[in-house]
Formats: sequence, C-alpha cells, structure tokens
Amino acid sequence: MTGLGSHFKIILTLSWRNLWRNHRRTAIMLGAISVGVWAMIFMTSLMRGMVDDMLNQGIRNLPGHIQIQHPDFLDDPSVVNSIGEPGGELLTALTQNGTRSWANRIRVPAVIASERESRGINLIGIEPAAEADITGLPAQISAGRFLESNQDKGVIIGAKLAERLETRLGKRVVIMSQDPDNNIAERGFRIVGIYQAELAAQEEFNVFAARATLQKLLKIEGLVSQIVLVDHDYRDVESLYRRVEAATPDGLEVKPWYEIDTYLAAMFNLMDGFVLVWVIIIFLALSFGLVNTLVMAIFERVREIGLIQALGMRPGLILYQILLESLLLLLIGLALGNLLALVTIKPLESGLDLSAVAEGMAMMGVGSVIYPSLTLYDVLLANVVVVLLGILTSILPAWRASQLDPVRALNTH
Amino acid sequence: MSAIRCRQLCKTFKQGDEIITGLDHIDLDIETGEFVCLSGPSGSGKTTLLNAIGGLDTPDSGEIHMGDIRVDKLERGPLADMRLHHIGFVFQAYNLIPVLSAQENVEFVMEVQGVPVAERARKALDILKEVGLEGMEDRRPAQLSGGQQQRVAVARAIVSHPDLVLADEPTANLDSVSAAHLMGLFQELNENHRITFIISTHDKRVMSYAKRLIKMRDGKIIGDEAQ
Repeated sequence: MTGLGSHFKIILTLSWRNLWRNHRRTAIMLGAISVGVWAMIFMTSLMRGMVDDMLNQGIRNLPGHIQIQHPDFLDDPSVVNSIGEPGGELLTALTQNGTRSWANRIRVPAVIASERESRGINLIGIEPAAEADITGLPAQISAGRFLESNQDKGVIIGAKLAERLETRLGKRVVIMSQDPDNNIAERGFRIVGIYQAELAAQEEFNVFAARATLQKLLKIEGLVSQIVLVDHDYRDVESLYRRVEAATPDGLEVKPWYEIDTYLAAMFNLMDGFVLVWVIIIFLALSFGLVNTLVMAIFERVREIGLIQALGMRPGLILYQILLESLLLLLIGLALGNLLALVTIKPLESGLDLSAVAEGMAMMGVGSVIYPSLTLYDVLLANVVVVLLGILTSILPAWRASQLDPVRALNTH
Repeated sequence: MSAIRCRQLCKTFKQGDEIITGLDHIDLDIETGEFVCLSGPSGSGKTTLLNAIGGLDTPDSGEIHMGDIRVDKLERGPLADMRLHHIGFVFQAYNLIPVLSAQENVEFVMEVQGVPVAERARKALDILKEVGLEGMEDRRPAQLSGGQQQRVAVARAIVSHPDLVLADEPTANLDSVSAAHLMGLFQELNENHRITFIISTHDKRVMSYAKRLIKMRDGKIIGDEAQ
C-alpha cells in the first residue's frame, strides 16, 4: 500500500469538491465559524485592552514597574523607613540604557486641612520632571498647573479632595505629618493644581508636593521613601528587575509590580485562563454546527462512500478524506474570521468610547475608553483551538463513515 | 491469480424476525479467463455471491480463495487492497463519484493504486475512446445519460486490467444497442487479456455471451453448464 502522501491529491480533490456540493450549507457553516472566530479574537482583544488599561492605570498610579525601598516600608510607610537617595552602582544601573525612567519619591501619611475640613491623605513628594514620564500626572491636571521643580512650594490635590475640603485652586491648605523624631512637621501650601484621576479614590487620597520641599518639611534631606522605576512593558520587567536588584545595596528591598500589587498580578495571570475559557466556550457552540454539517454531508453520500470502499480505498484514507474536508472548512472559516477581526479591530485602535458606562468601568479600575489589544498569542490560540478541537470533533463522524459496511452503504437509498 | 474457489459458502440475512438464506453451502470453482454468468430470479443469491467473492461482504461460514488469497479471512484494509489491485466492479446503478468528471472517475482507481499521472491520463483517455465516450471526458456524471454513466463505470473497472471483473446486472439500465456494445467489450477483454468475468444477470441476451452459465435459486447453485 502506498502512503497518504501519494493519495493526497485525490483526497484533496474529493474533499474540496465535496465541500462545495451543498453551497448553502457550507456558506452557513463558514459564516458560523467566521463569526465565532471573530468573536473569539475581537472579544479577547477587548478583554486584553481592559486588563491592559487596568494594569497600566494601576501601575502608573503609583507603584511603577519596580520599587526600591526599606524592607519595612510597605508595612509601615512612615518617614522612619526612608532610604538614601540612590548613588554609586545603583545610580549607574538606574541611568543605564534600558531603564525607561525612574524617580525618587517621598510617601508619608499626613493630614490636610482647609479652613473648613480636614482629611487623612497620602502625601507624595515627587520630582516633577521624572514623574511626568511615570504617572502621567501632568495630563490629569484639570485646573491650575503641574509642579515646576523639586523646590516648588505648591501642592496638587485631587478634584474629589478639593470638594471634600470645600476648597479650590489658589487657596491655602495646611499639611501636617511627623518628622523622624516624631515631632509634628507642618506648613501651609498653596493649591497650584487640581487633578482628575480615573479613580475617585486616588483623587481623594493622593496629594502631590515637590520632593525637596517635603524633605525640608520632614527633616529628611538626602532621604526618600522609595525609588520607582518604569520599564517599556509591564509584561517584561524581569531583566530590569534582575539588573537593579544586583546593583541595590544590602538592606534595601527591590520588588516588581506583581509582588507589590497582588490583585493586579492575579488579574494578569487570570487573563490567559479567561481567554482560553472564552475561546473554548465559543468553540463548543460552533462544534454543534460543525458536527451537524459533517454528519449531514456523510449521511447524504453513504452510497458514494460505499462505492469508493468497493473500489479499493482503504478505510484510513476515507477517514483522512473526511477529516481533510473538515479541515478545509475550518481553515476557510478561520481565514474569514481572522480577516473580519482585523477589519473590525483596526478602526478601534484609537479607542472604543464607553463613557455611557464609565462609572462601572471606574469601579473595575478601568478608564472609559478601551483600546483593543490584539496579541499574536491570542490570535494563535483562537486558531489553534479551532483547528485542534475542530479536528477532534470531526474524528467520530469521519471514523464512523470509514467503518461503513460497503454492501449496506451501496444499498442505502 | 483469479482462480476462484468457494467452499461451503453460507450467508444468511435477518429481515425483521425472518432469517433469509442468501447463500446455502455454495461450492464453486472458476478458472482464470472464464466468462461466467450467474442467472436466477431476484433473491436467488447472485449479488450475495458476487459481493462475497469481491470481499464486499463476509460469509457466515465457508471459504473463499482467490488464487493464493483466503478472501474470507482478510481484514478490512487488506480486503480493500485486494479489490483495488485485482478486482474491477460494475454495479447496476450509482456507479460513479458525482464530484469527479468522467476521466477523473476512470482515473480514480489508478490514482489510488499510485499510477503516474501521465500514464493514467493516457489509459483513461484510451479506454473512454474505446467505450465510445470520446469528447465527454470532462463531463460530470450528472451531465451523462444512464448508458454513458454505465460505460464510464465499465471503463473504470477494466482500465487497469484487473484479474477479475465482477458485474452486477451491468446492462439493467442500458438500451439493447448499448448493452450489446458493452457485452462485446467484455468479451473482447476476456479473450484478449484473459480477464475473468463474473456477471450476474436476468437478461437472456447477456447470458448468450457467457461461456459458462451458473443458475441459482434460494442461495443454491441449481445448474452449472458450459455454453
């Protein structure tokens, strides 16, 4: 017996022509596969876009991709757990090519008071030039201005906090915290900017001042709370993490974002699982149509299968022929589905505005505009799942066809 | 190869609660190059015997030998190979693969056999010309008359010069002229190429071509005579 390779042409010819015997049925099935594949890829790209946005916002809104800090800082973010400004080998590592940006920060709990109200806040001392590339805070300023230098005497507060304090741009507030000797450190600041964040909680609790101004207020000149680094992609921070960790002096702690914000890390890790489950659910819906199409196609030509058996085609070749027919159907459907997904996702690259449900989105930590994220992994996953499961689903009807009794098949009407 | 030997061949079918005898202890020897007609009324066992000899159906008991091959013991795959390389089939109706042209139908068996493209195309065109279908090579079965379809089926059955041709009522759907032409073709192939023919038929004109006539009734051979 010659192998499958030498019979491929006749098997391909039979498969291709049989596929188009019932144009309408094939067209309907192709439509179903295309829409299914489109739904897999399109919805996955939206989900990825949402999670990307959630992660980027979450990471950008303070943690950065990597943090260097005192080992006790995360448990007790007070001024006593400060560290020295970077120098020596660490400074070299931070300024090397490959680190997109980094900044020193001071973060201490504080109380802010207007003439009417007072609130507990996170007081954050930033380096305006460096921070602009990390948090995107300047773009969130809705009134007034961003901080201009490390010595700027103003503060920036969130719109929500301004509302709570019943204060506004240009007014003075008093900020009070503790220095390392547990003495009250307080001073008045003029509100030079109001920002609006995607999340109301940030607007209410994060107050920004210049780094040097806060160092002076808290009597921690030369010290900072943490050093924050941002790389090019949150998915790939390992090499930067290893490089920085190697250069960090003993006694300091280096943590990547996924150890700092375990909720975001869990979202990130769950996403691949979500995508797989979603793709399989869509496929299950598709598989009923696929099996039905194959069963009908086989049922309609039982006599023909009996004939080619009688003529000497081995059962294995009949199995391959029907599987190839199924594969061709799947491949055409996949091509159409991928094309449809590309055509619908491309125009949305500039963002899909979901302002109508902005509040709900904000609760999930997602902005009101979703940017679909089309990844090669997701496209390949959808295609591989459809082909593999499609072929698996087709095996039973194809096998049954190959095992038909030729005499009974030839006598079927 | 094609010497056929059947010993104590039995086959029954179940139809509802009734058991029908298809073959009842058939003993039969057919030598290479014979031209045999099986005759008998419907249900006499002609088709069942053809199917058993061709390896399409398995007997309940008994032995079928084709040359050195014990046909009744073969598995599905080797049975398919035996049909592919040694037997040509012509059925009463529904003989062709609808999605292939006349030429492709004729080439089908050769293609599965692995005959090179040029050789099988040449053979297919030659045989189609011989059965009077020159110019109709590209037509699909639906574009051919019943007689033309049967001639394509015959061309496919004999194109690779099998050892044995099994034809089940091959002229049933043909007019008398086509039937005579077909039988003439069978006769020529039998005489010139020593292909063994076993043909089941009701048709007395077909029987007149046979060199040996086997009569069947109720699954038994009731007559076997040379003509």
